[in-house]
Amino acid sequence: MKEVSFAVPRGETLVLLGRSGAGKTTALKLINRLLEPSGGRVCVEGRATTDWDPIALRRRIGYVIQEAGLFPHYTVEQNVSLVPRLEGWPAERIDARVRELFELVGLNPAEFLSRYPDELSGGQRQRVGVARALAADPPILLMDEPLGALDPLTRGDVRRELHDLQVRLKKTVVIVTHEVSEALLLGTRIGLMENGELRGTYSPKEFLNATEPLAAAFSAQVRELEAAGEQT
Amino acid sequence: MKLLAFLSQHGDEILQAMLEHIGLVGVTMLLAIAIGVPLGILVARRPWLSRPILGTANVAETIPSLALFGFLLPVPWLGNRADRVAVAALTLYALLPIIRNTATGITGVNRAVREAARGMGMTERQILFEVELPLSLSTVIAGIRVATVLTIGIATIAAAVGAGGLGEFIFRGLAMVNNPLILAGAVPAALLALAADFGLSLLEKRLRPAR
Repeated sequence: MKEVSFAVPRGETLVLLGRSGAGKTTALKLINRLLEPSGGRVCVEGRATTDWDPIALRRRIGYVIQEAGLFPHYTVEQNVSLVPRLEGWPAERIDARVRELFELVGLNPAEFLSRYPDELSGGQRQRVGVARALAADPPILLMDEPLGALDPLTRGDVRRELHDLQVRLKKTVVIVTHEVSEALLLGTRIGLMENGELRGTYSPKEFLNATEPLAAAFSAQVRELEAAGEQT
Repeated sequence: MKLLAFLSQHGDEILQAMLEHIGLVGVTMLLAIAIGVPLGILVARRPWLSRPILGTANVAETIPSLALFGFLLPVPWLGNRADRVAVAALTLYALLPIIRNTATGITGVNRAVREAARGMGMTERQILFEVELPLSLSTVIAGIRVATVLTIGIATIAAAVGAGGLGEFIFRGLAMVNNPLILAGAVPAALLALAADFGLSLLEKRLRPAR
């Protein structure tokens, strides 16, 4: 990666958009220090990630990955309560929090708490993944292709839910995706990446009118879809 | 018929030998697990150590067992007592499957799961004990199972250095060209191996995690 420089103001949602291999995930992992920069600086809350204790840093950052990465040997409840447990919350507070999170992501606690991840559908797993990331109420949320493994209809549902969550929770969010529709719907800013470089950042509106060739290619895709919609 | 008569005559003796045998195997397995599982974790963590560690365990496996018992006899402290020699040699044999399966189990844990664990701020220790080991437990048990069955068989040879066990009957029977005597050692040893194999296979199945 080179020439990547961006800032995400508190409460904003930056979507990193680009083809696979563009360096989006690498950029994301630099933020929670799953990777360390070979040059340059990555700052979280004004402090370089290399100055943070990596464990403390990651506990302040919710992390959602494709396929959710749920622990198969834990029940859904144990998965969601993991970070609060690591943080040593008292049991009653954890219980209450888990229930609250389930309501938040639209799952019925009575029905799902004691299930294992392989007893859930893809969309349910992803919701649990989001609940788990939000568990200790981190101010920052990172999502790597959070909708990547879902079928188109479920994807639409979960995307709308994510959007509602953002409006309600006002987290600072960075999302990685190769889906332009996701970027337009979820992002307050869109960062366009190609070959490990950031080609520019745009508001969704600016993005649709951008002259940058890659941005134009992505927005052409949106217009094609719209045109197809009008024909029918 | 001769065998039955023999069994009724020597029942106590056989039971005694069987208990000795179980003792040898039990102590061996405890030692082998205590050494093998940490080494397996080390191999999974530091892949460059895999060749020296697995290589050494592999070489130990290829030494003929009778010779290995012989080699260990002159070793100070170990050589003072036959059961020490036996347990040391048997442990060397039992290590390979345990190390290998532990390493395979841990490296086989889904990468997304490992990464989620890291990303959520679990320490390396927490990842090991709460994620990697529970998820690879059935593979580790499978290794212990192979090692146990192997050890029960090889432990009969420990009688050659005077460590007792069911091998006593086999060696005596060989010397006296007495088949019932050989069987009195071989059959219980085989039954013991089958029982251990079955018991551990149940444990392995129970611990197999969901995907």
